[in-house]
Amino acid sequence: MSSEEEKGLTSRADEFLQMFKKGAEFTQELMKENERLRYRILQLEGELQGNDITVAMAEENRLLAARIEELEQEKEEILRRIRQIETENNDFATRYVEIEEENNNLANLYIASYQLHSTLDFREVLQIITEIIINLIGAEEFAVMLLDEKTGFLGAVAAEGIALEELQKVRLGEGLIGTIASTGENFFAEDPEGYVRDLLSPMVCIPLKIKDHVIGVIVIYKLLLQKRSFAPVDFELFTLLAGHAATAIFSAKIYADSERRLSTMQGFINLLTR
Amino acid sequence: MADKRILIVEDSPTMRQLIAYSLKRLSGVSIVEAGDGVEALKKMATETVDLILTDINMPIMDGLKLVSLVRGDARLRNIPIAIITTEGAAEDRERALALGANDYIVKPIQSGRVLAVARELLGIS
Ligand SMILES: [Mg+2]
Repeated sequence: MSSEEEKGLTSRADEFLQMFKKGAEFTQELMKENERLRYRILQLEGELQGNDITVAMAEENRLLAARIEELEQEKEEILRRIRQIETENNDFATRYVEIEEENNNLANLYIASYQLHSTLDFREVLQIITEIIINLIGAEEFAVMLLDEKTGFLGAVAAEGIALEELQKVRLGEGLIGTIASTGENFFAEDPEGYVRDLLSPMVCIPLKIKDHVIGVIVIYKLLLQKRSFAPVDFELFTLLAGHAATAIFSAKIYADSERRLSTMQGFINLLTR
Repeated sequence: MADKRILIVEDSPTMRQLIAYSLKRLSGVSIVEAGDGVEALKKMATETVDLILTDINMPIMDGLKLVSLVRGDARLRNIPIAIITTEGAAEDRERALALGANDYIVKPIQSGRVLAVARELLGIS
């Protein structure tokens, strides 16, 4: 082999060796890269899993928030309904009290008129008027005065808490009582609690009327201790007394008159037919 | 259950009718009436009574006398009694309760109050 040839062979061996070295280095680099990538994959896989949980939780949160919102609305609706029912209940309670009162008033009025027309006996009628004024209206001192058409004077025929003799006769048109009897208008003292008893100037004066014809008056001087003022039912009772007590008194008087005449006539007949 | 019997002792027929009317809303209740204390005792001699509602001011025998006689009678002493009266003073109320009345109602009455007292003393709803 010539030196020339020998030289060429060495350089080619070198060249080959260089190439082989580079190949080895490259392989090593590849292996390192491979390892780095594996690690990265593992890392990314882990991250990915974490991301899934976060996404799932966010979704869950969104659903829960929507549900809470829904429940809040339902709660508002229920509260609104409760308030509505409470208002309705209050209305019913008020209405119940009103109906109870109305029932009570009607019972008073019905029984008062029923009793007033239950008899034709003059004394009994006066007794019933007295009972109504004591028990239903709640007066302690009062009187019933009737007009004597012949004399034009009003005189007491029944009294409670006052002696009959204490009550003077009153001329029609004179003083408070006489004026009420001629005008036919009800009279109520402005302040029943501050009223001071005066037999000529009562706390209440109610004319007893048949249509516009006054036949007498009811005068009240004192109410029961527990009776401070008049209730709406009292005014209705006064109105009822004004009319029904008057007709009951009038009917009883006519009846008594006709009974008397009948017995007088019967007496004559008996005398004549004896 | 047998009817509960309520005795109304009151001299005013108007009041007797009004009290009876107030009690009409109680079912299974019958009413016995007396015009004074003596008549009430006579009624109770022959009839069983579950509740007495009595006025105070009555002729012959008043309501307070009736309360003390009922409370002193071995057979009648446990019957509940409510007073219904025009007497509105505190001392009248105290005297009646001291004698053994269970409740005290002043006139003019409210039918709802009479009804409530009767229900309570009869132990019915
Ligand atoms: Mg009485």
